[in-house]
Amino acid sequence: MSNELKQLATKAAKGLVSRRDFLGRAGALGITAVGANAMLASAAKAAGPNKGGHLVQGIGGGESSNSLDPALTASSVPFGNLKHFGDLLVQIRPDGVLEPRLAESVEATSDAKTWTFKIRKGVEFHNGKTMTPDDVLKTMQRHSNEDATSGALGIMKGIESMKVDGDNFSVTLTTPNADLPYLMSDYHLVVQPGGGMDSPADGVGTGPYILETDEPGVRSLWKKNPNYWEGDIGNYDSSEILVINDATARTAALQSGQVHMINRVDPKVAGLIDRAPGVSIKSVAGRGHYVFIMHTNTAPFDSNELRMALKMVINREEMVNKILRGYGTVGNDLPINASYPLFDETIPQRKMDAAKAAEHYKKSGHDGSPIILRVADGAFPGAVDAAALFQESARAAGIPLEIKREPNDGYWSEVWNKQPFCASYWGGRPVQDQMYSTAYLSTADWNDTRFNNPRFDELLFSAKAELDDAKRKALYSEMANILRDTGGLICPMFNDFVDAVSDKIAGYEPDPNNELVNGFAMTRTWLA
Amino acid sequence: MHPILKLVVQRVALSLLLLLAASVMIFVGTQILPGDVAQSILGQAATPESLANLRAELGLNDPPVTRYFDWLFGVLQGDLGTALTNGRDIGESLGKRLGNTLFLAFWAAVVSVPLAIFLGLLAVRYQNRWPDKLISGVTLTSISIPEFLIGYVVMYFISVKLGWFSSVAMINESMSLGQKLNAIALPVFVLTLVVLAHMMRMTRAAILNVMQSAYIETAELKGLSMFTIIRKHAFPNAIAPIINVVMINLAYLVVGVVVVEVVFVYPGMGQYLVDHVSKRDVPVVQASGLIFAAVYIGLNLIADLVSILANPRLRHPK
Repeated sequence: MSNELKQLATKAAKGLVSRRDFLGRAGALGITAVGANAMLASAAKAAGPNKGGHLVQGIGGGESSNSLDPALTASSVPFGNLKHFGDLLVQIRPDGVLEPRLAESVEATSDAKTWTFKIRKGVEFHNGKTMTPDDVLKTMQRHSNEDATSGALGIMKGIESMKVDGDNFSVTLTTPNADLPYLMSDYHLVVQPGGGMDSPADGVGTGPYILETDEPGVRSLWKKNPNYWEGDIGNYDSSEILVINDATARTAALQSGQVHMINRVDPKVAGLIDRAPGVSIKSVAGRGHYVFIMHTNTAPFDSNELRMALKMVINREEMVNKILRGYGTVGNDLPINASYPLFDETIPQRKMDAAKAAEHYKKSGHDGSPIILRVADGAFPGAVDAAALFQESARAAGIPLEIKREPNDGYWSEVWNKQPFCASYWGGRPVQDQMYSTAYLSTADWNDTRFNNPRFDELLFSAKAELDDAKRKALYSEMANILRDTGGLICPMFNDFVDAVSDKIAGYEPDPNNELVNGFAMTRTWLA
Repeated sequence: MHPILKLVVQRVALSLLLLLAASVMIFVGTQILPGDVAQSILGQAATPESLANLRAELGLNDPPVTRYFDWLFGVLQGDLGTALTNGRDIGESLGKRLGNTLFLAFWAAVVSVPLAIFLGLLAVRYQNRWPDKLISGVTLTSISIPEFLIGYVVMYFISVKLGWFSSVAMINESMSLGQKLNAIALPVFVLTLVVLAHMMRMTRAAILNVMQSAYIETAELKGLSMFTIIRKHAFPNAIAPIINVVMINLAYLVVGVVVVEVVFVYPGMGQYLVDHVSKRDVPVVQASGLIFAAVYIGLNLIADLVSILANPRLRHPK
């Protein structure tokens, strides 16, 4: 790479040369756009973040019924709010490595049953109080005790006892779990003063930004925390989230310069937006996946031959191309992909094979009555279209699939996890264990495929207790194969997080953990 | 008692009864919907334990009739309660939203009502000539296009391409009146296009109807100018139907603009209500429904009264 280009990249990063000029000149020197963009990003990083200004994010996924209570957080806007005011004990970095935050270090006993978190000292809440291990304990209690209403209750289940010992907070589990620190990175588990027992929704935490105004379903406004424990990591003086649920309105707001970045760009228009001046699309493969799920204990889906027939007949490439417009990857009837640590990449990719599907279908002895697939647009974006594609390819193999459209309203309470065959969506989990324990263990609350395989359960528990990564990988691989070949999950695709960002923003590097740099745009990006 | 006063008292009493009936219907409606607030709050993340805990916390285990009457007594004492979903005081959040909705409706009405009536008069003056056809053509086209589409088109050209006005019509207390008006320019424009045709066509039809009368012919024979005839003789006699349609459109501007609110991200009542309906937050839905019903009934009451007052025969019954 020529020195001239390097200098130019630094200039572009500092905003002395426009990004477009830089890309043009880089192109003239024979460097691809991807390479030039990567250069620009690394130069921008080297130049260091600019400080100051006001960040505005336009986020879809907020309602006027939202609250700042971390326990009740379930959609994008409250998630973005949490990242402003709160901190977790540990958090997952973009490369998948666990980063200590409010815990300085994490240690386990050799049986992986007791975990000790050394709590950081000198951390101050926004209300001026100093954070203590007792606050941590109370927070965890609020998310796990008997009358908890927290979205994190499911993952806090295996805890036998928790206690504070000096500067340490320790957790004892009923059964060993090598992944416990990953579970503690769940976004609900923001440490609040007194555990948030008295005022759970006051938005007071230890985070890099302090609440100014919160109007649920409209906007929230934050100012930089001058006493942040990690120092000056907020790059903007103030940060604002505007709730823009309408996709077209969100795009227009970005293009007319009223917001700096938006989430959930519709794949149908992502290509067009990327070509528009002043904005660019940032997508990153995540762990979220669009699925069709069958109850393995309900006729006709209790026949593995029929399940295999349906798995063989779905056209995964077509779905990625037509439903995700290429912003995604094909699934392999597993809830796990290469984004997870310890994933076995040698598991063969399942491909559409109508002849084999017809064979399986014949063997299943199904009486030929229509197989009813329930879908709603709210199951995942494009679910109804995906079901239609599924129906078409099934018809080619002589499998009678009938689509029954359900209303979005009430889909998650009336159809999902109730009806034997429906479309659904999973956001993914940070580690394999958590994904499997959440939805594929025979006793899991959200076992939405009614999967019951004793060998699978046994492997899952031995993997939990296994601290040796090579052995764990082998265990996970066997589990993946069992699930892929006998489970009730048809997973045609993993969707990317697709954001769009204004050229006024520098430093934006997608984080596979979640959209909009995992909610950290205010500390990881800056005004160019 | 004066017959008009008696009428007002009667109508107000009837309106209150109507409001009570509306609140019962809204409550029953929300009970029929599938799922409950606890399920909606926890969504896909619900477990049987957390559901049971949340239901107990929100008091959803009481029988529906008890909950309805608890709510009703609260309202009669001026307490709208707190939202089940986020525990905020409904009166306070609703007040803000209602203020915003009325602000938008007010400015849309300030622009659209005089404009519609003026265009209606103009259309009558140049009946069946090109100004009439142009006015009718444009307004009928704009009412026939779905409002979200007009919104998107306006947004694309005026906001994205020309950069004149903001496509995000978000207002808050810290803004000055000028800033607020600038922010709501596009939604006001779209709402004006949407309500214009109805009012303008009604004005035109009502006045044309009156123009057939003998006293208009007399006025013409007196040698009055066309505009004077319309203004002094035709318009006062056509006011009742015009007021009626104006009131219906004003009610629409308050209760029916949710699509425009969503497109322009305006923090009004419509979006607030929709969010809470989808979460089954019954107290908020009840309170919003009550306000919407009150607005509708109130404006219709005004329309009736104005038509009575505008008509001497009704004003002085024998």
